[in-house]
Amino acid sequence: MSDTARHSPHHVDVKEFHPRAHEALHNPQIRQNFRKAMDGLMTKRKSAFEGWDLETLRDLGANVRMRALANLPDLLEQLEQKLTENSIKVHWAVDGDEACRIVRDICKARDAKTVIKGKSMVSEEMELNHYLKEQGIEALESDLGEYIVQLAEETPSHIIMPAIHKNTGEISKLLHEKTGTDLSNDVEYLTAAARLQLREKFMNADVGVSGVNFAVAETGTLCLVENEGNGRMTTTVPKCHIAVTGIEKVVPNLEDVSALLALLTRSATGQHITTYFNMISGPRKAEELDGPEEVHVVLVDNGRSSIYQDDELLDTLRCIRCGACMNHCPVYTRVGGHTYGTTYPGPIGKILMPHLIGLDEGRHLPSASSLCGACGEVCPVKIPIPDLLVRLRQESVDGDKLHPAKVRGHGAKRNAVEAMIWKGWSWMHAHPGAYRFGTNLAARFRMLQPGKMGSWTQFRTSPKLAPKTLHEQLKERGQ
Amino acid sequence: MSSRDTILQRLRNRTGGELTAPECDFSVLKRPDWSTTERIALFEKMIESVHGEVHHCTEDSWVDRLAEILGTRGARNLLIPKEHEIGVKLRSATLGREDLPHLLIYDEPIESWQSVLFNDVDASITSTRGGIAETGSLILWPNSDEPRLMSLVAPIHIAVLFASELYTTFHEAMQVQNWKAGMPTNALLISGPSKTADIEQTLAYGVHGPKELIVLIIE
Repeated sequence: MSDTARHSPHHVDVKEFHPRAHEALHNPQIRQNFRKAMDGLMTKRKSAFEGWDLETLRDLGANVRMRALANLPDLLEQLEQKLTENSIKVHWAVDGDEACRIVRDICKARDAKTVIKGKSMVSEEMELNHYLKEQGIEALESDLGEYIVQLAEETPSHIIMPAIHKNTGEISKLLHEKTGTDLSNDVEYLTAAARLQLREKFMNADVGVSGVNFAVAETGTLCLVENEGNGRMTTTVPKCHIAVTGIEKVVPNLEDVSALLALLTRSATGQHITTYFNMISGPRKAEELDGPEEVHVVLVDNGRSSIYQDDELLDTLRCIRCGACMNHCPVYTRVGGHTYGTTYPGPIGKILMPHLIGLDEGRHLPSASSLCGACGEVCPVKIPIPDLLVRLRQESVDGDKLHPAKVRGHGAKRNAVEAMIWKGWSWMHAHPGAYRFGTNLAARFRMLQPGKMGSWTQFRTSPKLAPKTLHEQLKERGQ
Repeated sequence: MSSRDTILQRLRNRTGGELTAPECDFSVLKRPDWSTTERIALFEKMIESVHGEVHHCTEDSWVDRLAEILGTRGARNLLIPKEHEIGVKLRSATLGREDLPHLLIYDEPIESWQSVLFNDVDASITSTRGGIAETGSLILWPNSDEPRLMSLVAPIHIAVLFASELYTTFHEAMQVQNWKAGMPTNALLISGPSKTADIEQTLAYGVHGPKELIVLIIE
């Protein structure tokens, strides 16, 4: 990612989390837009699972994902073989840069000038749009939310609802300025205008690029979940379809998809199912009258195989990208997705991004949490997000004996003074004489204790040391 | 070493050692053995909750109902399959009546008439490979007679569903129909007309695909 970051014209410094959070907290519009949306999504999710044995379903989801990961290399080979049998061309990319180059080469081989895109978070990771632009290829987002975000020259602020940070008035103004539509708060009118604008683009695009929700090894099938139909357009109308996917999206069987789909849409938007569930198993056959002539799949690693090395961190790869953790996160709801400055925001971003960009860049991410546990409680595949946040916090100060640091950039938050204090603290607690001397000393000189203790006292009263140590107090009580 | 080999080698030689695959028990997805009537009732409730429209018909009445539906919407034309019995029946029906719109057949590669399909077709009718009651979904397996775009581009999509082919769950449908034996180039579940809530969570229909989805259930 560090290499691909240079592509971005709007590159945001991930390290600047705190000033951006501060700014977002003081923006009533952002606060209101997110609060309204997230409250609604939480209610919808709850009612969508009514009548379900949710815990058992979540167990199944977790097991299905874990079973896939346990056999990941074999499954990827099986997937490759099946896709190839289905006349789909398979490519492998170790990072975002390589994935971009693969897409570029396919486009160049077809002399393609325009690309229409369905929603794909991996392509956001790759910063594909900007890369293609540099190569003289226009890439246009076709999901309405992504289209809006692209017009605004922004990045998505939510993985499911990219333009959730904007209200109707803001979108109307944007569409008016960029596309010439009338100013209107009529969502139907704005949507119809976008339909017209994008239909032309679908018809004229040389290549369609999409993501993948699940890739089925058993049948060589690419599954795509969507409501708008832009995913179907993207994968059907242009003569060439390129699907980009993280290597972890493979599942062994079609049956697995029925379990994951049941969890995904309900967790994401509270829908029992999305309007379209698109299953692609090959390009147009000789007798068929539409569909792409060529289908390519780019299997992208981009840090995933590193996460795969560690038993605990591996759970991150179970994610099915529903966004429920964001919708329920008190921090995300208040600061919004852009504050994180990363492709994946919110709780999942806080455990996934440090692997992709390193803990030196993403040092503030694991700490941007109250550890309230809501994300772990709603995760449809039971990723223990709070535990992983704690693990990454340990890694950011260089781990401990039980969890030696493994993530790139570990120790980025290590502070020599702090480390020394804790070392002294540990030593003192292992030496009773020193402990008694130290606590006595602290109690006697408690007047010298500073009133302000950094961020801790920003919203809290400073704790005061008691005039007598606990040992002294107990002694006085004769115990 | 190629990227493929680098990735696979990293995954195979993981430092954490061998992983154990847990057992997966799919029984949570199973539902009681519902009657066709119960399945129809649930299907109707679910698809109507997402703006789909259901009409109950018989083998004999569906053409009349279709004519009414298209008449009230002022559809000028209807895209039909050529070989499928739906198309055959409609073509013979139009010979003796004038209340059906002009029939169009998708019998040429899309490249030769894309602009007409995108701009001038008012409605399309397709068969289905069954439905799913629990989610109010239609199963479509497009082929050369009913290509992929037939169910996507026109503002009105009409689907014919036989009540006898209504399954309770997605899991049941794919098991009974043995999908794993071979998938078509494109298979679909369709549950309602195209929609978006990307503008401030306000629902709007027909953003890229059909604005209306009408299901004729043949009982």
